[in-house]
Amino acid sequence: MFKKLIIILITTFTLTLNVNASSDGNLLLKKNEPSEVKDCFETLNRATFAFNQVLDGIIFKPVASAYRILPSPVKSGVSNSLDNLSNLVTVPNNILQGDFKMASVNTGRFLINSTVGILGLIDVAQYLGLPEYEREDYGQSLAKHGVGPGCYVVLPILGPSTARDTIGSTLNFLGGDPWYNVTVKNDSHHFSDIDYYSSKVTSGVDFRAKNYNSIESLKDNSVDFYASVKSLYLQDRQQKILNSKKIVDTQDNSDWEEIDNN
Amino acid sequence: MNFKKFYLILFVFILSTSANSIEPEIFVETTIKKATIILSNNNNKENKIKQLKVVAKETVDINGIGLYTLGPIRKTLDTNQKEKYIKLFEQYFLKSFSNRLVDYTNPDISILGKEKLNENYTIVKSLLSGNNERPEVKIDWRIYTKNPNNPLIRDLIIEGLSLARTQKEEFASILNSNDGKIEALFKTLEDFSSN
Repeated sequence: MFKKLIIILITTFTLTLNVNASSDGNLLLKKNEPSEVKDCFETLNRATFAFNQVLDGIIFKPVASAYRILPSPVKSGVSNSLDNLSNLVTVPNNILQGDFKMASVNTGRFLINSTVGILGLIDVAQYLGLPEYEREDYGQSLAKHGVGPGCYVVLPILGPSTARDTIGSTLNFLGGDPWYNVTVKNDSHHFSDIDYYSSKVTSGVDFRAKNYNSIESLKDNSVDFYASVKSLYLQDRQQKILNSKKIVDTQDNSDWEEIDNN
Repeated sequence: MNFKKFYLILFVFILSTSANSIEPEIFVETTIKKATIILSNNNNKENKIKQLKVVAKETVDINGIGLYTLGPIRKTLDTNQKEKYIKLFEQYFLKSFSNRLVDYTNPDISILGKEKLNENYTIVKSLLSGNNERPEVKIDWRIYTKNPNNPLIRDLIIEGLSLARTQKEEFASILNSNDGKIEALFKTLEDFSSN
């Protein structure tokens, strides 16, 4: 089954990708432009999205609602630990993207926070003045090397993604995530499968809790919630791939200008 | 008219226009203050929504956003369709805008700076402080400055995600699912506003 899934994904991916290694910002911007990403399986995606919504209403929303009541230090401790663990994927991706400076900064961050920061509960590195932490993943590295997003997909439970980002995520299970390797893949005396899966579920709950009001407000005030989530996901990916916080880099002004000229 | 007189008139004109122009960051700060007063008072939700709608009409370029979010189809609409759309969009926007804001009881937003993109646009950067319920949020305001005396909000970019762009893609999705028929979008907007 897993093999089949991989084959389907690779086929989708190769059909739509456009490998053209380039670090040119404009090309990256254009390739990852949300409105250019095709929704090849829209009917299936909408059905999966509806399924995820039901699941959210039954599990994630109530759990996130209860999680929000926890004291702030507990929540920030959990959030910091999850960020700290994600460094294990961020550092190899910093290297894959040729950003050796950030790779060393994030390695330092991981070492400091795992020790002085008590297993990542306290973000000591931040107090030491290290730059703001930015997660990197294999999807972003593939994009940096010119791989196009392929089709937009909605995965059961996991939510919005693209063909490229799904391939990127599967690389975590093929040796790309040291946390997965020591918990699930290898028989370690210190960790077990449950550590990995509970960290992933907690990560989902933490995300849902942090964005609780925004998600509810978006749901209530959207005329097409599916399209809103798709747009927000693709905008977010575009911004992360470009590693840019500058509005001018990710926002296309041409439509605004056209309105002004009329 | 001698030169002295001409320069005097020119000087007074420049002085009066610069005195009336409003700096984008001051405009955003004032708008936030207006909204905060409404959100912090003891009025009921309906009254707050009414007052927020008044602020939105004064400070947001609703027509501009409406045309932007409509996408390329705006070029194919006739005058009647355009007028109908603008009317429906305003109703939709005001309801959506005030509903999204009304639950924020005490938004603590500080202005961080500004970036002038060109003569027409300035991005004002701000930060919504975090609390026990939400993390810190970066909010960028796209301010339309074509008329410096009357700056208007055209977009809010929250953590790099543009609300206008999201809305545009939402409308595009509705149009695509209905063979590009504008009537389908009219009905969706009417349904939203009447519910």
